[in-house]
Amino acid sequence: MDLILPDYGLLFWTGLVFLLLLFVLAKFAWKPILKAVNDREKNIADSLELAEKTKAEMQALQAENEKLLKEARAERDKIMKEAHETASKMVEESKENAKKEAAKIIESANQAIEMEKAAAISELKAHVAVLSVEIAEKVIRKELASDDKQKELASKLAEDINLN
Amino acid sequence: MTFKNITNCLSIIVLSLMFALPVMASTEHSESHEEEKFNVSEMIMHHIKDAHEWHLWGGHGNSTSIYLPIILVDEGLHVFSASHFYHGEHRSAVDSKTGEKVDYVAGVGPAAAYAMFHEKIYKMEHGELHFEEGHVHGAVKPLDLSLTRNVAFMLIASLILVLIMFSVAKYYRKNGAVSPKGIAKFIEPLIVFVRDDIAKEHINEHKYQRYLPYILTVFFFILICNLLGSVPLIGTNLTGNITVTMFLAVCTLLLTVLSGNKAYWKHIFWPPGVPIALMPIMIPLEIIGIFTKPFALMIRLFANITAGHIIVLALVSIIFINKNLGWAGLSVPMTLFISVLELLVAFLQAYLFALLSALFIGAAVEEHHH
Repeated sequence: MDLILPDYGLLFWTGLVFLLLLFVLAKFAWKPILKAVNDREKNIADSLELAEKTKAEMQALQAENEKLLKEARAERDKIMKEAHETASKMVEESKENAKKEAAKIIESANQAIEMEKAAAISELKAHVAVLSVEIAEKVIRKELASDDKQKELASKLAEDINLN
Repeated sequence: MTFKNITNCLSIIVLSLMFALPVMASTEHSESHEEEKFNVSEMIMHHIKDAHEWHLWGGHGNSTSIYLPIILVDEGLHVFSASHFYHGEHRSAVDSKTGEKVDYVAGVGPAAAYAMFHEKIYKMEHGELHFEEGHVHGAVKPLDLSLTRNVAFMLIASLILVLIMFSVAKYYRKNGAVSPKGIAKFIEPLIVFVRDDIAKEHINEHKYQRYLPYILTVFFFILICNLLGSVPLIGTNLTGNITVTMFLAVCTLLLTVLSGNKAYWKHIFWPPGVPIALMPIMIPLEIIGIFTKPFALMIRLFANITAGHIIVLALVSIIFINKNLGWAGLSVPMTLFISVLELLVAFLQAYLFALLSALFIGAAVEEHHH
């Protein structure tokens, strides 16, 4: 029967010990432990939030980067294309110029050759005339070396005159 | 000495106590050869009830015990060792109604004026006790504030609890709000569990913090007493003592009643949705309900823990009833099974007491939005 009857002595000690325990643990254990746990939980929650925010920011940044890159690529392509065009135009132009120049050079060279040729011909002609005269003089001098020959010539000339 | 050393020492003590169980058993065994009849129910009742000695081993005549201090309030304070009763004068009296012989112990030395009968202390009249139908008749019972086995066990359990919790608190004080290591790693999930799944879950979110210290203390106090109570030799049936469970239940009752708000009282004295004709029945029922809830708390913890101790002791007793060590083949596995089950019950009952306390308090402070 006394198993289910309260005992006042034990009740007194239970009350004393439990209330003391409650006070001591609440003040020196639960308070600092719960504070640390709460702080850490708050810390983790804040960090997660920050990470989420940073991630979103990173994503935005990346999208912007992508856009910039795309624009830059387009720009580069455009510039390259223009450069190509300009270069080919320049090559074309210089080719044209070179051709013209070459034609001009060839023409003037031809002209010079013509002129040189004409000059050479006329010079040759002059030389030939001098040489012919000299040859004729030498021939005449040989022809007319003897009196007979002079007489023959004179008579021949006289004959020619007569014939005329 | 650092905390680590203390915990090491404690674990060594606990382990050696566990190994001491066979010693206790063998002593009991040799005892039974002395033609002293082994009384199972007496042994079990002796264990689950409170005592003024800490019985370690041995039976009648050659037992080894620690005698605890006796404190009596009887026209002043009387403090002396319980050995003055246990090594006192064995007397017999004749029951005035049934005529049977009743044995009791009269104190000697400083306890000379008192007698002990079934662990209760009485003040003797003219140097003797009178009995009527197996009960002491007419003698005054002085207020007994002795440090009984239950009180000593409670002090040890509380000290261990304080040491554990202080070291956890110290860890956080030293390291700040970092992830726990060591004993903090073991205790923190329990604290977070009590906070989130017991207190926060059942008490209004803005008010639970006020009641959290009480719920945490109740949970860990019951838990450590249940666990230590299952350890052989130091194990004491404290949480299976009706006085202790009653005190804890009364704490919950007082917290519930004192923090009850207008909605709570209105719900009791004018239950919503009940026809007026039923009010004379409903209102007394609701009022009785205030008390039955903590009463159930008290009975549940008491019955569960006491039953666990009785089953374990009864199973161990199989060997001594049959006076044959061969029965250990049956007794030991069954005792082991029940002991492991008791481990679960230790957690479960601590959880239930804390949970239901939170539930009752939560109902009392709930904001109703009708």
